[in-house]
Amino acid sequence: MTTSRRKILAGLGAAPLFGAAVAWAEGSSKRGLPFFGRDPLGPRERIQKYGLPNVELLTHTGQTVRFYDDLIKDKKVVVNFIYATCNGICVPVTSRLVEVQKMLDGRVGRDIFFYSISLKPEEDTPEVLRRYAEAHRVGPGWLFLTGKPENIETLRRGLGFVDLDPVKDADTTNHVGMVRYGIEAEMRWGSCPGLSRPDHILRSILWDLEPPIVRKDS
Amino acid sequence: MHRLKYAWTQRQKTAFRNRQEIIRAGLTRRDLFKFGLLSSTGYLATKGGLSAWAGGGCDPGECDIGCSPPTLPFVDPLFIPPVLPERDPLIDPGFTPAPTTAPNRAINPATGIPFEGRTQSHQFRSRFPPEKFFISRMAPNPNAMFSQDPTNLSRIGPQLVWGFNQGGSNFTTDPAITPGPTIVSRYGDPILVRRYNALTGNNGGFGVPEVSTHLHNFHSAPDSDGGPCDPNTGAASTNPLLQGRFFFVGQYYDYFYTMARAGFDTPQHTATDGDVRETLTTLWYHDHRVDHTAENVYKGLAGFHFIFNEFDTGDENTGFRLPSFPDFDIPLILTDKLFTPEGELCFDTFGFDGLIGDKLVVNGRFQPYLDVQKRRYRFRVLDGGPARFYRLYLTNPDNPSQRIPFWAITSSDGNLLPRPVEISGTSSQSPQGLLLSVAERCDVIIDFKFIWENFGQPSRLWLENRLEQDDGRGPDDDIFPPGNVNHALMEFRLTGPNNVVDNSFNPRPVAYPTVGCNANDCVFSPICLPPLPTNNAAAQEDKVRITRRFRFERGNGQWQINGEFVDCSEFRFKVQRNTAERWILQNNSGGWQHPIHIHFEEFRMIRRNSQQIQCGRLEFGRKDVARLGENDEIEILMRFRDFTGGYPMHCHNTMHEDHAMMLLFELADTGDDRTQP
Repeated sequence: MTTSRRKILAGLGAAPLFGAAVAWAEGSSKRGLPFFGRDPLGPRERIQKYGLPNVELLTHTGQTVRFYDDLIKDKKVVVNFIYATCNGICVPVTSRLVEVQKMLDGRVGRDIFFYSISLKPEEDTPEVLRRYAEAHRVGPGWLFLTGKPENIETLRRGLGFVDLDPVKDADTTNHVGMVRYGIEAEMRWGSCPGLSRPDHILRSILWDLEPPIVRKDS
Repeated sequence: MHRLKYAWTQRQKTAFRNRQEIIRAGLTRRDLFKFGLLSSTGYLATKGGLSAWAGGGCDPGECDIGCSPPTLPFVDPLFIPPVLPERDPLIDPGFTPAPTTAPNRAINPATGIPFEGRTQSHQFRSRFPPEKFFISRMAPNPNAMFSQDPTNLSRIGPQLVWGFNQGGSNFTTDPAITPGPTIVSRYGDPILVRRYNALTGNNGGFGVPEVSTHLHNFHSAPDSDGGPCDPNTGAASTNPLLQGRFFFVGQYYDYFYTMARAGFDTPQHTATDGDVRETLTTLWYHDHRVDHTAENVYKGLAGFHFIFNEFDTGDENTGFRLPSFPDFDIPLILTDKLFTPEGELCFDTFGFDGLIGDKLVVNGRFQPYLDVQKRRYRFRVLDGGPARFYRLYLTNPDNPSQRIPFWAITSSDGNLLPRPVEISGTSSQSPQGLLLSVAERCDVIIDFKFIWENFGQPSRLWLENRLEQDDGRGPDDDIFPPGNVNHALMEFRLTGPNNVVDNSFNPRPVAYPTVGCNANDCVFSPICLPPLPTNNAAAQEDKVRITRRFRFERGNGQWQINGEFVDCSEFRFKVQRNTAERWILQNNSGGWQHPIHIHFEEFRMIRRNSQQIQCGRLEFGRKDVARLGENDEIEILMRFRDFTGGYPMHCHNTMHEDHAMMLLFELADTGDDRTQP
């Protein structure tokens, strides 16, 4: 917006603006626009709707799953994005997560679930991802996911693996290297950089996913 | 402008939303333009401030700028948080078990975890035994009202927030409030604040119920600093109970503050319990839980802490005669929030650019008003974040072209300046608008009598933010035109007789640029600026031992310092206790701005890029936040005295902080020589 345009707007005077705007907004509301006063979505539903879309995905083990219903709901999860031909940070991040998986000592797949989602779903078929998992000696309980590109994109945006700068955002080689973890039912979500040391990743995950159990008889 | 290519996406999105609304509401673009709502690029002219009208066009539950319901401004009086009452530790049940110098790690049979979250002993407690005791409990409050006006309440009803109470154990009679109660302390009277964690896991969508309460700006030992995490306290452990900084539901944590000025353990200043020139004034406390600071502070875990002393007494008839507390000395915490179209406070825990809200909230109320007498007031203005910067003006809405001055008496981090500075004066030397980045604070004197007499007897004035900011990258360079209600943080209403008693100090005749300034000025003697550390000073604590460089940058969509992410188990470098250092802070993150906060002692900013920071600027004073603009390089000098242990440096855009733009350093008997740690 240019400075001169701004001056014009300033000259219009702001005081009457508010009343007019509210009157109009109320009119809009009566016309049935989504607006205040409606029954709100519960916070958990809201997070699901915007952050954890229930898109259809394929696992590296060849199953068809729904992201929210099958992978996230009521679970403790760890999620990141990778792609098989990535020469940048994917390999070190994956190898760090493999370390973390080892340190979790059999818990992955039991009460904590790992998901790595492909950023290049056109190339990364379940078979490609299966080979990727094998090559990195990934243990059980960790799914590699692909799917329709539009579903993956919905997921990536929902989970916030996005750069504000669209040029950088479009550059897959510079993708967001974060690891997101959470307890879905508690609406508790955290993250740490995937290039952190494995013990830092482990600690961050456990500090968030395993707060001490406090007896409630106090 | 280099920002344009990046800014387009958000603008397109907003424009699209607006077009949908226009169609549905049957309004033409011309109508909107007439109202001043639409610009040539097709989006809200008022987008940076406001939300007078938006809402339609958003999806149910959407948490984004422009989606909050509209609210009427200036219908609620300003909320002034109560002063936290002192408690008698001998009889108050909240002090059972009694506070101890060593942490109380005994298991509380009622909870099964240690009574206290602290894991380190208080430093210097035997030298400064606590004389005043306080309790505050953090708890949810499901009935927080941002406005009590019936129209506003019909759009945004009671909300779940987290806050601090006044120390009682009954949350019905003593609910948790936000901002929390103001803690008022005094140099020479050491205090102990016991904070209880009475939060719950039922967070309403965001917030984690583990807390570490940082006293921002105070010179604290690590045990009471309220830092994020610390390798010295078991932060290498995966057991969260051992990490020693944040504490859990059912625990308390005793924070001990010496109420001594920096330097108290150096030969020069031991006898006086510190250097009087290091007096701190306007502080705030807020949560600092590692990785979750943004959501917890946004949810309400913040409040003010004032420190008075023998010169700044809180009484306008003594000492520096600053306007009397509490009637004429009033805290203002500026925050911005988002609500869903249905009126629920929301926060996107999956975003990490920095949340920019469309509802302006001062002391927990939407655009409140305050009746003021025609005299001088001291307002302690704080940018409470999470990501918005402010440039504040006084606007007469009935004559917006007037340029109305006020006076800063502190630096932009709440410490007395060598000479007050006139803001928005007629001189070209006068800073135009009060610029604050996140966590910066400024004490200003507003002289309503002077304004009444010299600006046409206005009946009302707005505190207006005219800085444009669309997202967490930082503000644009553009300044909005004056007099837009959507940018008004609050309204002052001038009331009462024209001649009321006012014994307070008048900054006008002694302020820069009415009079010139130089580095040795000291209007508030003896709280003058301490001498700068130098390379060849005689005293060890005045001597610059090393120069270190820090690049604040972006890597793989996250935030880094010198190419590294935060690591809770590792100190990046070691500073030798009772020495000084020169740090160069460099912004390499391309298009992003970062308010960099350093815990421990105040620093002095020497230069920004090639420019020396001159007297007459709010940065020419003691500071704890360095506003690192795009591509800026800032040089600071800082002493590290008295305490030992671990402290952080981090970005105070709290989303950037939570996404790894932080490092930990240690004060120890010997320092290292890492110049780019």
